[in-house]
Amino acid sequence: MAQTRLSATSRIIRWIDYRLPFVAMLQHELYEYPTPRNLSYWWNFGSLSGIMLVVMIVTGIFLAMQYTPHADLAFDSVERIMRDVDYGWTLRYAHMNGASMFFALLYIHMFRGLYYGSYKQPRELLWILGVIILILAIMTAFMGYVLPWGQMSYWAATVITNLFSAIPLIGQNLVTFLWGGFTVGNPTLNRFYALHYLLPFVILAVVLLHLIALHRFGSNNPLGIEMKGPQDTLPFHPYFTIKDLFGLAVFLLIYSFFVFYAPNFLGSSDNYIPANPMQTPNHIVPEWYLLPYYAILRSITFTLFGIPAKLLGVICSFGSLFMLFIVPWLDTSPVRSSRFRPIYKWVFWLLVIDVFALGWVGFNPPQGIVVTVGQIATLYYYVHFLILLPVLGKIERPRPLPTSIAAAVLGGGTRLTSPAVPMGKP
Amino acid sequence: MADLAQHNVSGAHAGETRRDFLILTATAIGAVGVAATIWPFIDTLNPARDTLALSTTEVDLAPVQVGQRLTVAWRGKPVFIDHRTPEEIKAADNVSVSDLRDPQPDSARVKKPEWLVIVGVCTHLGCIPLGQKAGDPRGPYGGWFCPCHGSIYDTSGRIRQGPAPLNLVVPPYAFTGDSTIKIG
Amino acid sequence: MMRTSMSRITVAAAALIGLLLLAPARGEAQETPALPHQQWSFDGVFGTYDKAAMQRGFQIYKQICSACHPVNHLYFRDLEALGYTPDQVKAIAASDQVTDGPNDQGQMYQRPGRPSDPIPGPFPNDQAARAANGGALPPDLSMIVKAREGGPDYVFALMNGFKPPPAGFSVPSGKYYNEYFPGHLIAMPPPLSDGAVTYADGTKATVQQMAHDVATFLNWASEPNLDTRHRVGVRVFLFLIVGVGIFYAAKRKIWSAVH
Repeated sequence: MAQTRLSATSRIIRWIDYRLPFVAMLQHELYEYPTPRNLSYWWNFGSLSGIMLVVMIVTGIFLAMQYTPHADLAFDSVERIMRDVDYGWTLRYAHMNGASMFFALLYIHMFRGLYYGSYKQPRELLWILGVIILILAIMTAFMGYVLPWGQMSYWAATVITNLFSAIPLIGQNLVTFLWGGFTVGNPTLNRFYALHYLLPFVILAVVLLHLIALHRFGSNNPLGIEMKGPQDTLPFHPYFTIKDLFGLAVFLLIYSFFVFYAPNFLGSSDNYIPANPMQTPNHIVPEWYLLPYYAILRSITFTLFGIPAKLLGVICSFGSLFMLFIVPWLDTSPVRSSRFRPIYKWVFWLLVIDVFALGWVGFNPPQGIVVTVGQIATLYYYVHFLILLPVLGKIERPRPLPTSIAAAVLGGGTRLTSPAVPMGKP
Repeated sequence: MADLAQHNVSGAHAGETRRDFLILTATAIGAVGVAATIWPFIDTLNPARDTLALSTTEVDLAPVQVGQRLTVAWRGKPVFIDHRTPEEIKAADNVSVSDLRDPQPDSARVKKPEWLVIVGVCTHLGCIPLGQKAGDPRGPYGGWFCPCHGSIYDTSGRIRQGPAPLNLVVPPYAFTGDSTIKIG
Repeated sequence: MMRTSMSRITVAAAALIGLLLLAPARGEAQETPALPHQQWSFDGVFGTYDKAAMQRGFQIYKQICSACHPVNHLYFRDLEALGYTPDQVKAIAASDQVTDGPNDQGQMYQRPGRPSDPIPGPFPNDQAARAANGGALPPDLSMIVKAREGGPDYVFALMNGFKPPPAGFSVPSGKYYNEYFPGHLIAMPPPLSDGAVTYADGTKATVQQMAHDVATFLNWASEPNLDTRHRVGVRVFLFLIVGVGIFYAAKRKIWSAVH
């Protein structure tokens, strides 16, 4: 092969790449990477979530340079950032609203997975890693919310850490251990700060595993049938890089609207009151992305099987999250995508409505009809996953699947076919 | 991003140029967006408004008698204000400037000869020289003496002996009245 | 296929929004009437603070509210945003005494304020504030607009909300009936009355006018960077709208090879 004269930069890159194949890896996993050609915009939300994670880490680090993690100084240090630090208000509002955006993206990403069966064999571990990311994100967000040390920060911390007192025998001691004292206080704030700084990097590592697992078999697609050959795929670059960039621009527009024009819409005004251990706010409400779990927690008002209501509420609430781990095994359908599942495609939307209903329940004080709706919605949530998913898979008659992605996209046959053996790592 | 897909590109040259233009514009917009976003982050590290508010200090000199020395804080550092006696002023002038380690005539270091305003941080390694309080050693030149490594300053705050390389720094200041100055 | 599902999403979303709107309102909002929305100069995408109104509002704060309420997060130097010159700000600061120290004898002492000082509150600590106000704590006003649902509309309504109680509603001594205060019993006596201050710029000082001005000032006190935020926001938006357009066109062009 004739050796053409390479520039100095190219030669340096070649030298490094030969010893540490970074560029070659990028070339393979980002440029050439075969992606199903029929991905819809619902597939943008993974990359958007990843970008938001980076945004949160960067804004977080710059905030950390100005924030003081002491109970006596935290609230004022945040106000100093808002008032005296150049563009401090941008950092704070970007980080605050970024958390909401991050969860919105994650939830849409997950619901996409539920609708199209992206969790099904062989992507079970991909799904499980995703649930781990969600749990870590919830922990991070909860601890982050405590840091400004407003009324809601303090009391949300008190209520949620007090949940652990429901654990029999060790509960109260565990709570004292978590607090580092007899109430939420400065020791609690300091350890939450340290962990809040740490966990996003743990999330980053799990995201890396998530991507490795994804690239093992490639992306799912709206038809739910595997890529069978090059005619079914497009290289990631430029087709999906540009599509992701377009999606990013649209998302940034929505994000910017919140940051610049409605920065406190999604939050609670009570958190602009400095924490007062002697006075509880009238309504302790978590941020919107935690409302469904809060609703389930409060819905269990009765003792069952000898388990006190408080403990049962904790179990059902945490359980609603941990149950997601076994979804790949709860769903018995041989068909992935809801497009070909005439019953489940409607049942899926019942879950969406149910989750919104739980959010409404969590937002409102637990009185009257709110409680009833909450209990029905909690019941339905568990019925959906533990009964409907397994049963529907068995009794449903799926519609005939196309022979291949290319056939469906370019207009081909629709002979019934079984879910193909995946292409495997190309 | 030079490497475009190998997939079939519809032939027309005009189509390709149009696509290149769009991609060029898109890349440019992306680059501008990234640059415009980076600046606010870096700007947050600049001194904030509360720090900047403390960047000047006003001092009323009226209570400082002839021969008295006053220390004030400015930007977190001590500033020595010396209401010099005529003898101290003469001693400061009576010097061969070219023999000094850091040559500076006294006239270049004061606005009014009876008021010396200097930053009280030794130019060697940053200790605060002695000489402001009654009873402090002032060194053989009647100025200031740094206890850390023995730097000796004269009545104009110039280095005369010891390891310090430079004279004590004169901060930016101005007289805002007959007996008031604003430092910084 | 997906299109039908998209319209289902819209239907579901609409149903939920309907549900939310019919939802029982949170807590006391049922007891207090809905907040009437006022017109503020800082409303909307292009809103900015009206400096004249803010200066009048600051005058109200200084002459009426500051007797009981601190503005803990404001510094004298911040007042330049109201349109005062640096010298005016120096004079305003110097007219107040601030606590400094300890001096070389270990004593705290009073001295005239400087622009770099925080604006001092009326009480040295919360306990003193409570003792002087029958056990009630007058809240910090530098955050009040962000710390209350309804923001400036709430402050305005509260100022105008002092009324005789309805028949049968008993008001204990030391409290006052207010239409918009949650629970209706507020420990603060009506602070504003017509002509309570003489405005420096000659505007007629009715309760409505004073309430409007002080709410504007207090909104600034909570959100001093609103003007900058709106300005930067407009630029970001325009840039992103152009960006969305260009990226969409580029996407379509690249994908035209495939479709």
